[in-house]
Amino acid sequence: MTPMDAVLLARDAEGLFWMARYLERVENLARLIDVTQSFESPGYETDAWFGLIRINADEKNFAERGFVPDADHVKRFYLLDKGNPTSVPANLEDARTNARTLRPLMSTEMWRQINVFHRYVSHITPEDLEGDALARLCARLKDGVQAHTGITEGTLYRDQGWYFYELGRLVERADQTTRMLDIKYTALLPWDGEAARVAELTQWNAILRAAAGYHAFRRRARATFTAEDVVHFLLRDPSSPRSALLCVRRAESHLDDLRRIYGLSRAVEAMEVAEYLRELLQEKPISHILAMGLHDYLDIVQIHLQKLAAAIGRGFFRDWQPEDPVAGPVAAQAQA
Amino acid sequence: MNEIFRSTWPDYDPGRYFCELTRNRADAGPVPGWLVERLGRIGMAELRARAAAAETELIDLGVTFTVYSDATAIDRILPFDCIPRVLTAREWDLLERACIQRVRALNLFLGDIYGPGHILRDGVIPAELVHGNANYRPEMKDFPVPHGTYVHVCGIDIIRDEFGDFRVLEDNARTPSGVSYVIENRHLMLRSFPDLMAGIRLRPVDDYGRRLRAAMTDIAPGGAHDPQVVLLSPGIYNSAYFEHVFLAREMGVPLVVGSDLLVENERVYMRTINGLRPVHTVYRRLNDDFLDPAVFRPESQLGVPGLIGAWRAGNVAIANAVGTGVADDKAVYAYMPRIIKYYLGEDALIQNVETHICREREGLQYTLDNLHRLVTKPVGESGGYGITIGPRASKEELEASRATILAEPGNWISQPMIGLSVAPTLAQEGIGPRHLDLRPFIVTGRDSWVLPGGLTRVAMKRGSLIVNSSQGGGSKDTWVLADDFQPGPTP
Repeated sequence: MTPMDAVLLARDAEGLFWMARYLERVENLARLIDVTQSFESPGYETDAWFGLIRINADEKNFAERGFVPDADHVKRFYLLDKGNPTSVPANLEDARTNARTLRPLMSTEMWRQINVFHRYVSHITPEDLEGDALARLCARLKDGVQAHTGITEGTLYRDQGWYFYELGRLVERADQTTRMLDIKYTALLPWDGEAARVAELTQWNAILRAAAGYHAFRRRARATFTAEDVVHFLLRDPSSPRSALLCVRRAESHLDDLRRIYGLSRAVEAMEVAEYLRELLQEKPISHILAMGLHDYLDIVQIHLQKLAAAIGRGFFRDWQPEDPVAGPVAAQAQA
Repeated sequence: MNEIFRSTWPDYDPGRYFCELTRNRADAGPVPGWLVERLGRIGMAELRARAAAAETELIDLGVTFTVYSDATAIDRILPFDCIPRVLTAREWDLLERACIQRVRALNLFLGDIYGPGHILRDGVIPAELVHGNANYRPEMKDFPVPHGTYVHVCGIDIIRDEFGDFRVLEDNARTPSGVSYVIENRHLMLRSFPDLMAGIRLRPVDDYGRRLRAAMTDIAPGGAHDPQVVLLSPGIYNSAYFEHVFLAREMGVPLVVGSDLLVENERVYMRTINGLRPVHTVYRRLNDDFLDPAVFRPESQLGVPGLIGAWRAGNVAIANAVGTGVADDKAVYAYMPRIIKYYLGEDALIQNVETHICREREGLQYTLDNLHRLVTKPVGESGGYGITIGPRASKEELEASRATILAEPGNWISQPMIGLSVAPTLAQEGIGPRHLDLRPFIVTGRDSWVLPGGLTRVAMKRGSLIVNSSQGGGSKDTWVLADDFQPGPTP
């Protein structure tokens, strides 16, 4: 059988894409929460935690669900509130629902792990969010997604389906990395010079840790690094697995494989968006980006990541609705 | 009673019921005393520990079905009893022949009533029972199907009475489910109880997917080289979704939902990432009603508009065929021995349970006179719903049942209360007798093949006769011995 003979339903391609995205979100939420806790400095807790809500653009949702901006409520909103579609339990619920539709394509080990992980997450209690328990919870959440990723790497058959799974993961990861960088935009710094310098260093280190890049960055960077170096590392490092550029380059190469190996000419539109994104990430000096405003730049990158997802959707998925880029196939099927 | 058994579990008492493991069966070959011996060696504590581990495994693997009641939907595992049910080679030989005989008769009957109608003209079965049946599909009239096969997958519910005689309780000729548990239960046993199975030659069960795929290929419209088979499921909210996944995987075919398919120029296609791709056989796990909103229920979102048209144009095969429900109806069931005789000139190898048809005057009278001794069943239902067990019903329940029957006699049949056989089952109180039945699965394309064994459903509640999964029943692994023998001691 040649690869050309393999059949992949449009619905399943979409399901794989979204399952990967939902799980990637869980890991990144755990990373962000972990980092936010490290940011916490006496007197600034609320600002630090509400920063999470802002970088995820969840302000409206947060208020509508009756939460008030304090540390406790933000943690509950993301870790306990099943009714909040951006929470860890909700993302995992969506991932598992997609996994159910994808079971014919998944390995038994993949399904089993998601199933067990889902059960763990649906039993998170308020006590798990308190004190040192929170760090342990975040570690368990990261472990859960990483186990999933590892099992997938070792067991998922690498036909077109795998490419869509990877595309979902890459798009989401690039997006999350830009959001992590954006934490800097929302975090407050002390006024006084030396204290500000130390606090800023701490913040950059925390972001690097959240993006799993702390040690690699240390090896690569000069002894006295600047903000520019960190932004460069997270956006452009060619080797960091979570850098936006690496994710976009890999997505581009996957799309090219789909076109070449599987003869899917519809990949072309998405390839064009990916190419544009790659140029966007590389063209200007970081100093220029910082001078013009990092937040606005990250916004543009995020918008183009959404355009990339939309182009993949238009090319291959069944019920793609471009006007609502965050709605996955779960919502579509709930009406069936 | 079997001596080994008595010494191992002295408190076990099947009472007046037949028990395969403890009663000697002169015509069935040697009773598998070795099984009891091995279970005894494992011991109760270990048995419980392994049973608990096996259930956890099922939960982790998501081997679940969904139970709907009111507004809630709960994923449940089918409770698994770790003490296997053993059928001897000789017993299986009879069961296998009887199942094939029955499926042949069902297919001939369907071909006849949707064709020339000889059996109706010869007065063997009342014409109004067929034509007035809610599951009779006039769309099928004079529409020949490949190899005369309407019932490609059949599940026949078989019980044993007090004497150990097999009897057919019900035919399931629409979309019978449960076969995935047969195979999953075996895998679970192999992992959890290797010492129980060591050296025992069993008929394997893992050939089902290949056989089913072959049958689906057999019936594909002519001219299709390597026909594209799909499994059509109602989707993840269907209670049998796990099984749909299982079968799609075992067959190696895509699992599709209605919206994945579309019909153009009377041909069926599925939507892939690379556009439309032709489909030749649809193994559907969707009731007739939902298949094609253009022909049946217009509000159905699960089906495919135009599917029936494509089928009638000969461009796609559908399994099971539309309209098989008329043959597995509880009212038609009563006539099955005569139907078998009529088409095959043979007696039924396994008899029915005696059945009274309330649409007939005598049947109704007898039923009403003997309500307290009979089991009454609505003809249109499945899953054990609507059943009243006379000897166990209160006076009020009996009166309510009488009123329901009188309101619509044609909707009811009654049967004597059968002393369903029991088997040793791991229960709260230890090893206790629990009632069970057997559902063998028969796959038919050009020819018929019976999956060795089938699904043994067991009522987990003491004294309960209802084995349906929707009502708290569980299952056992069903062993068909490859030949009748006594193995040596466990290595």
